[in-house]
Amino acid sequence: MKLDSKTPDGPIEKRWDDYKFRLKLVNPANKRKFKIIVVGSGLAGASASATLAELGYNVDCFFYQDSPRRAHSIAAQGGINAAKNYQSDGDSIHRLFYDTVKGGDYRARESNVYRLAQVSNNIIDQCVAQGVPFAREYGGNLANRSFGGAQVSRTFYARGQTGQQLLLGAYSALMAQVNAKKVQLHRRTEMLELVVAEGRARGIVTRNMVTGQIESHAADAVVLATGGYGNVFYLSTNAKGCNVTAAYRAYKKGAGFANPCYTQIHPTCIPVHGEYQSKLTLMSESLRNDGRIWVPKNKGDARVPTQIPENERDYYLERRYPSFGNLVPRDVASRAAKKVCDEGRGVGSTGLGVYLDFSDAVSRLGKDGVRERYGNLFHMYEKITAENPYKVPMRIFPAVHYTMGGLWVDYNLMTTIDGCFAIGEANFSDHGANRLGASALMQGLADGYFILPYTIGDYLATVGNNPLSRDDKHFVKSVEDANGKVSTLLGIKGERTPDSFHRELGKLLWDNCGMARSDESLKSALARIPQIKDEFWQNLKVPGNGRELNQTLEMAGRVADFIDFSEILVKDALARTESCGGHFRVESQTDENEAKRDDAQFSHAAVWEYKGEGSAPERHVEPLSFEYCKPSQRSYK
Amino acid sequence: MNFTLKVWRQKPGEKGKLVTYDSKDISADASFLEMLDVVNERLIEAGQTPIAFDHDCREGICGMCGCVVNGFAHGHQSGTTLCQLHMREFKDGSVIYIEPWRSKAFPVIADLIVDRSAFDAIITAGGYISIRTGSAPDGNAIPISKDVADAAMDVAECIGCGACVAACPNASAMLFTSAKISQLALLPQGQPERMTRAQRMVRAMEDAGFGACTNHGECEAACPKEISMNNIARLNREFIGASVKK
Ligand SMILES: Cc1cc2nc3c(=O)[nH]c(=O)nc-3n(C[C@H](O)[C@H](O)[C@H](O)COP(=O)(O)OP(=O)(O)OC[C@H]3O[C@@H](n4cnc5c(N)ncnc54)[C@H](O)[C@@H]3O)c2cc1C
Ligand code: FES
Repeated sequence: MKLDSKTPDGPIEKRWDDYKFRLKLVNPANKRKFKIIVVGSGLAGASASATLAELGYNVDCFFYQDSPRRAHSIAAQGGINAAKNYQSDGDSIHRLFYDTVKGGDYRARESNVYRLAQVSNNIIDQCVAQGVPFAREYGGNLANRSFGGAQVSRTFYARGQTGQQLLLGAYSALMAQVNAKKVQLHRRTEMLELVVAEGRARGIVTRNMVTGQIESHAADAVVLATGGYGNVFYLSTNAKGCNVTAAYRAYKKGAGFANPCYTQIHPTCIPVHGEYQSKLTLMSESLRNDGRIWVPKNKGDARVPTQIPENERDYYLERRYPSFGNLVPRDVASRAAKKVCDEGRGVGSTGLGVYLDFSDAVSRLGKDGVRERYGNLFHMYEKITAENPYKVPMRIFPAVHYTMGGLWVDYNLMTTIDGCFAIGEANFSDHGANRLGASALMQGLADGYFILPYTIGDYLATVGNNPLSRDDKHFVKSVEDANGKVSTLLGIKGERTPDSFHRELGKLLWDNCGMARSDESLKSALARIPQIKDEFWQNLKVPGNGRELNQTLEMAGRVADFIDFSEILVKDALARTESCGGHFRVESQTDENEAKRDDAQFSHAAVWEYKGEGSAPERHVEPLSFEYCKPSQRSYK
Repeated sequence: MNFTLKVWRQKPGEKGKLVTYDSKDISADASFLEMLDVVNERLIEAGQTPIAFDHDCREGICGMCGCVVNGFAHGHQSGTTLCQLHMREFKDGSVIYIEPWRSKAFPVIADLIVDRSAFDAIITAGGYISIRTGSAPDGNAIPISKDVADAAMDVAECIGCGACVAACPNASAMLFTSAKISQLALLPQGQPERMTRAQRMVRAMEDAGFGACTNHGECEAACPKEISMNNIARLNREFIGASVKK
């Protein structure tokens, strides 16, 4: 597998502009001859579809929900970063760039991150022009807050529903292009295969989730904007339908999968409370701006929190990290919570929880002041738990939230398969080993509005307009494969539901490849996964048939891919014997139990290549070099 | 907790009917959809076809879920989507009726799943500000007072779930349509297309087969985001304004 990142050199401030100038252009009259498939209608997919269509390309956009507006980007709460420096608090493109590289624990490409910081400002302008109702100051200017451990206020937000408002903005731009007949929507349609011929992506195979029809679609390029794979852990803050299928199918057709072990565990989620539980709910991390996190000093202290006196509380983040306190990055906060729970000081019926206490904030700001900032979050918390956070502290616990790993892409956002691009959370590009809060929305929109539309033109201008017929043997074979898989799943007729396998896999990964990973735990997971896989293919039960709406069948297909994919996730975690960002190897920690990187051995992206059923995948590396941000041990003390 | 469910079952192209299911040993902390998950797991294990229902985010924001529960869209708790409704809100041992949204414009696909693409058609007709990517002025170039931004945000919270239509005796989509029209009419960026927008969207709404608004107010009561009916009055003003100017 050839990993040519195509990153330009020269002064970092000028790289993207110079590069853009060198990219080939497709002349306007020719654009309308090209067809581009975009799979996904989240921030990345909707923004890319709309922009490509505005440029004149014909776009086919696929998604599994009933409307593009329902992609999981809709659920993002906290905000979106940009280097506007509207607050004059010392922010700049360079600082956003530096914070992102450092926050990612020096495991991302400098050139890509710099470009992201550069275009961040255009995103805000674009969204405002679309009518996104960002929060405003009394004077009418855009408001900002500090978020996720940043020491400047660079986060733009729309109450606690920033993702919703940004997605509705991108959706409106998309629908304008549907109206202009430049985009065709394929709702309730799931991608099952990528069609690759002679090393080039030529189209996809899909299943219509209403009729069960398996169909092929040809195009000049395929863009995967299918989101993250956090649901491999079963319980996560992702939507129920989030899956790895599209990315994994591309991997099986030759796309390198980078850093699958980089998963982000978000520190502030509502704790698990029962076996039937279907998902975990995030409580925005903005709560950490005013809430104080603590556990009892003594093990097994069963008193209700309000009865525990100040001097018997351990505000462990404030104690361990005096300068960042409750605002340390996510990975640090999550591990600290795990540590106190491992010590037996966790709270709630399961002992897997810590308090997030607003009593000081209520005294300082008044109940109305707190409501103004966090009203909708408090409301949501109370609905789920039946507890009133104005009166008793919230209970929170870390949960799987985001995946930094994803399909490897070069500077053009193209995977190792020519003509197959990956954008948004589905790629691995900009966040290294840990993503900063409010940077995923920024990256998804940067990719879709401002980067891909340029870089894809260079590819199309190079290969020209010569789509492959859907009668070609590569299409026929992919359709057969998809049909074959559906019949196999339906034909097992065993005893267990897809969900029961998914739960089992998720628990295995959470216990052995979650917040802390060791040589031993990872090897035991690797021993167990093939057993789960065997049982799945022998004992799965899917009622009904494939020629109608069949939600159990949809789940079964996704779980099958999660099981296969989990193997490279764990293998990647095993191979990376250092700790970095969200990946914590217990063997590699400092004396103070912080993550310890090993730059000499691991200053690279690990990229996995599929080698066929039954053969071990091969690990390749893309070395990383740092000219502008010199790697240092992250310290938030 | 234990419940008896009366669930609408309908296969594509066939007539539907209510079917009774036992829903036993349900945790009071389970959400309504988690309760349905448990019932479905048992149905699959027994070799029967599980109940098809729409859902995705399960945190009240994607707008994918929604059924009529005991006669109320999204159930009886106000300001709540079905995925955020918890079983502790129901009486132990009670009978629960679960049916799909009913409207000519939302045909049933299967069981509790309906086709809501008519909402997308309304937005396609004009629910946007036409601005090419990359051509926007600086974000602070046009100041917008906090009150206006907040008012626009109040209506922008619509999740497009369709509860307003399901609750309305006329199956009108006025609340949904007016929310988008209001958001864009409030903001300075929305002014250039303001006149034609209302007309295009209302026409699309009528073409899709939604009914007229006769001020019942059921939509506002059912809306999980508590969007106000005042927006419908604003829509009417926008619409009449546009017709007169024309
Ligand atoms: C609860 C929550 C809160 C968050 N808060 C923030 C925040 O405050 N700030 C921030 O920056 N980030 C936040 N994030 C992260 C951020 O929201 C996501 O990383 C980002 O929105 C992903 O966008 P996307 O376009 O890549 O994917 P998504 O929005 O997930 O879209 C994926 C699309 O792909 C489609 N799809 C997937 N698989 C298939 C398939 N097989 N076939 C066909 N279609 C398919 C789906 O239908 C969907 O349209 C949050 C995430 C969560 C879960
Ligand atoms: S499942 Fe998303 S709103 Fe209920």
